[in-house]
Amino acid sequence: MKWETVIGLEVHVQLMTRSKIFSGDSTAYGAAPNTQACDVSIALPGVLPVMNREAARLAVKFGMAIGAEINRTSVFARKNYFYPDLPKGYQISQYETPIVGRGSLEIDPGDGPKTIGITRAHLEEDAGKSLHGSSGDFTGIDLNRAGTPLLEIVSEPDMRSPAEAVAYLRQLHALVRYLGISDGNMQEGSFRCDANVSIRPLGAAELGTRTELKNINSFRFVEKAIRYEIERQIDILEDGGTVVQETRLYDADRDETRSMRSKEEAHDYRYFPDPDLPPMVLEDAFLAEVKESLPELPHDRRHRFIEHYGLAPADAAQLTNERTQADYFEAVAEATNAEPRTACNWILGELNAALNQEGIPVEASRIDSDALAGLLDRIADSSISGKIAKDVFSAMWNGEGDADSIIEARGLRQITDTGAIEAVVDEVLAASPDQVRQFREGNQKVIGFLVGQVMKKTRGKANPKQVNETLRRKLDA
Amino acid sequence: MSSINSEQVTHIARLARLKTDEEKSDYFAGHLTRILDLLEQMNRIDTESVEPMAHPQDVHLRLRGDHVTAESRREDYQAIAPLADNGLYLVPRVIE
Repeated sequence: MKWETVIGLEVHVQLMTRSKIFSGDSTAYGAAPNTQACDVSIALPGVLPVMNREAARLAVKFGMAIGAEINRTSVFARKNYFYPDLPKGYQISQYETPIVGRGSLEIDPGDGPKTIGITRAHLEEDAGKSLHGSSGDFTGIDLNRAGTPLLEIVSEPDMRSPAEAVAYLRQLHALVRYLGISDGNMQEGSFRCDANVSIRPLGAAELGTRTELKNINSFRFVEKAIRYEIERQIDILEDGGTVVQETRLYDADRDETRSMRSKEEAHDYRYFPDPDLPPMVLEDAFLAEVKESLPELPHDRRHRFIEHYGLAPADAAQLTNERTQADYFEAVAEATNAEPRTACNWILGELNAALNQEGIPVEASRIDSDALAGLLDRIADSSISGKIAKDVFSAMWNGEGDADSIIEARGLRQITDTGAIEAVVDEVLAASPDQVRQFREGNQKVIGFLVGQVMKKTRGKANPKQVNETLRRKLDA
Repeated sequence: MSSINSEQVTHIARLARLKTDEEKSDYFAGHLTRILDLLEQMNRIDTESVEPMAHPQDVHLRLRGDHVTAESRREDYQAIAPLADNGLYLVPRVIE
């Protein structure tokens, strides 16, 4: 039987606020345990939550970016369960009326664009952290993270393969970073994913029984965990068994998923509106202010880069993945006489390689956009070849000055003087009788060797196009 | 007519971490069923044009600015905690 995979994803995004969602605790990562856990965070009796405006603003910003309905009135609800890292005995979340309603995200898993529906996105508070094993027979609780604002983004079950799931996650990750609503740091838990996976016979309308995969905290693990789970479910069904609806934990070390029995009975959360928090009503002025703050969205910008600058779609997509990188490109493209495509190639090639080598973001680049534009100008006016330009780039990266002063200081200006090039070509032809004979016997490839010899003699400074032309002219004579 | 049986009472009590026994469960099952009867009566009222109420008072949520205002009072709080060590609150071992 042919099977179809159905995947829906729930992503928890930590919003980039300074303080927690319902208290004045700092949200900074890495502080000593419980030093950012005030009376609200540890749930002392009698304390009251006070909502952070910025958390609402960032949630609305996301909603607008995915073209979603924004619920002007939304309600906070209590989700009741007992766990030591949740001292109140309930998590404040949103249930029936989330702040962000239905929207969508366009992904490209490699075989053309596809639109993934987003069911909703709601605000909630994070729980604390349980630390097992360090304190003998006890579990240690750190409540610094308790109350950190989260936006839970729930997709429709629209994905049909692990590759689509990863493409959606990457797109979402890029978007929240682009919008500046989250740092998206997966190691620190700022971007966490749960996957709902089910299998059904190809062509069936009804959904199969799903399992929920937790603890998949990297793009690679998402793909592996889903792949494993699909195989597991197909094996069960083909052996005549039934899939049990349950929560399963992905174990990266063993590359398998296993049942989390402890949570099986816990799915009765008894949600009800939190009496401590009246409905949140967003005013027109607030919504207008958020709309005003929206940057040009990656999707729109990608299309503009293709139309306006003539970039290849894949390059435009890569450039607009990060807002700072897209900004850098535009600054270079506007400042240089070189083709935008050249600027794009240099940014995605040399510049990214240099940045990656040092693990720094583009805004910390040692070559700013004006400096790179200056270098590209010298390629555009044939002062230097692309090959020499790479050496100049390295020198600029090492702080030796701007492109012009390095070219001058090192005497790198390209030889375009016809007489000078002809002289070297003659020299090379005289010294390579074998190759000249081979070329005349029809072996066109030796031209490469001869060009190489001329470039070597001129220390790379001869204009390659001119060298090629001169050689051919003389050899054909 | 909906009703609540004593198994349901036991289940809810367990979720809420309340201790109960058979006798008490039967007792509460009877009481809760009477409350449901009342809700049944209310369900007969036409509420088509009434917006569901999320809060008894007609007030909106007040929003605060995003400022860090809390300072660490860990020592004070851990002094009244049943158990704490190395800055962590300690609870009986949780096995996942």
